[in-house]
Amino acid sequence: MDSEALKKQIAGWEPTTEFVEEGSQYLNAIVSPPQLKALALKLREDEATHFNFMFSLTCVDYPEHMMMVYHLRSLNHKHEMVLKVKIDDRENPVVDTLCDIWRTAEYLEREVYDLFGVKFNNHPDLRRILLDDDWKGYPLRKDYVDPINIVSY
Amino acid sequence: MGIDIQQAQKNVPEDFPGQVIPAGNGGNIVVTSFDKIINWSRSNSLWPLTFGTSCCAIEMRQTGAARHDWSRFGFEVARATPRQADMIVIAGTIVNKMAPVLRRLYEQIADPKYVVAMGACAISGGPFFYNSYSVVKGADHIIPVDVYVPGCPPRPEALLYGIMQLQKKIRASSMKDESKSLEEFDKGL
Repeated sequence: MDSEALKKQIAGWEPTTEFVEEGSQYLNAIVSPPQLKALALKLREDEATHFNFMFSLTCVDYPEHMMMVYHLRSLNHKHEMVLKVKIDDRENPVVDTLCDIWRTAEYLEREVYDLFGVKFNNHPDLRRILLDDDWKGYPLRKDYVDPINIVSY
Repeated sequence: MGIDIQQAQKNVPEDFPGQVIPAGNGGNIVVTSFDKIINWSRSNSLWPLTFGTSCCAIEMRQTGAARHDWSRFGFEVARATPRQADMIVIAGTIVNKMAPVLRRLYEQIADPKYVVAMGACAISGGPFFYNSYSVVKGADHIIPVDVYVPGCPPRPEALLYGIMQLQKKIRASSMKDESKSLEEFDKGL
C-alpha cells in the first residue's frame, strides 16, 4: 500500500485522524489517546494493512503536549507508517499500552515511562528500566532540572 | 679457557637496567638496583583489565590486534578479572550507574595498579559534559588516573603513546615513594 491508500484506509476507520507527510519519509497519522488502541489493533490485524512489526517506539516532549511516536512496518506488504498520539495533558500523560499487540512495546514503553513519565494503562510491569528505582523526575522532559549532575551553558 | 665478556654482553637487551657479568661457570652476576630491576619488569609486563564501556573500546581492541599489537610493549595479556590485572584502560563513557562498579574493580586490583583514561569521555565527560543527567564528568572523579589519552576516540597510535608514557612513569618511580591510598585520593591529597 502506498501512502495515499493507507491514508484512505485509516481515514475510513478513524475520520478525525490528522495526516502529515511533509518532512517525513513516512505517512504520519496523528490520533488522540482514546482512539489509539482500536486503531492500532486494526492496523495490525487487517489484511490490507497488516503492520506486524513495530520498529520504534518513542516519545517527544513539546512545550504544550506530549507526543507518542510509533513506527510500524508490514513485513509482507513491505510498507511503513508512523502512528502518533498527541497527549494534551503534558504533566500527567496517560495512554493505553500496545504491548498486547506488539510484544516489543513492553520494554520500549517502560523506557518511555522511565525517561518521559508517560503512564501506560494495562501495562503488565510498568517500572523504571534504565534509571534507579528511587530516581526522582523524568530526565528527558524539557523542564527537568538536576543542579548536581547537569552542567548547562 | 677464557670467557668472552663482550659476547655475553651481546645477548643482553640494550635497555636492561644493569650490568651482566659472566661468573665464569656458565652463570651470570647481575649488578643493578632493586628500583631499576623492579621498574623494568613492572613496566614491561602490564596486564590490562578487560574493560571497555563504549566506542573507545573498539579502538583499544584494535590496538591489541595484529596491526598495532600492544603486546610488543608487554600489554598482551588482557585479564577478565581485576585480581590478575595491573592496569585499567578506561575506554569509554562512565555513567553514574557504572561509577561504583569501576571503583570496585579498581579496588580489587592488587597494588601496584595503574589507570589510563582513554578518550574525551573518560577524561572530562567529553561530548556529554553539558546537559547530561547521567554521565560522570571525568573518571578521575572516581579513581586516580595516571595517563590521559585525548581523542574521540584516540587512534591506536595515540593509545600506544599513552601506554608508553605510563611505562616511562613507572620507570621513573621508586620503592621509596609512598603510594597514595584511595582514602587520600578521596580527600583530594
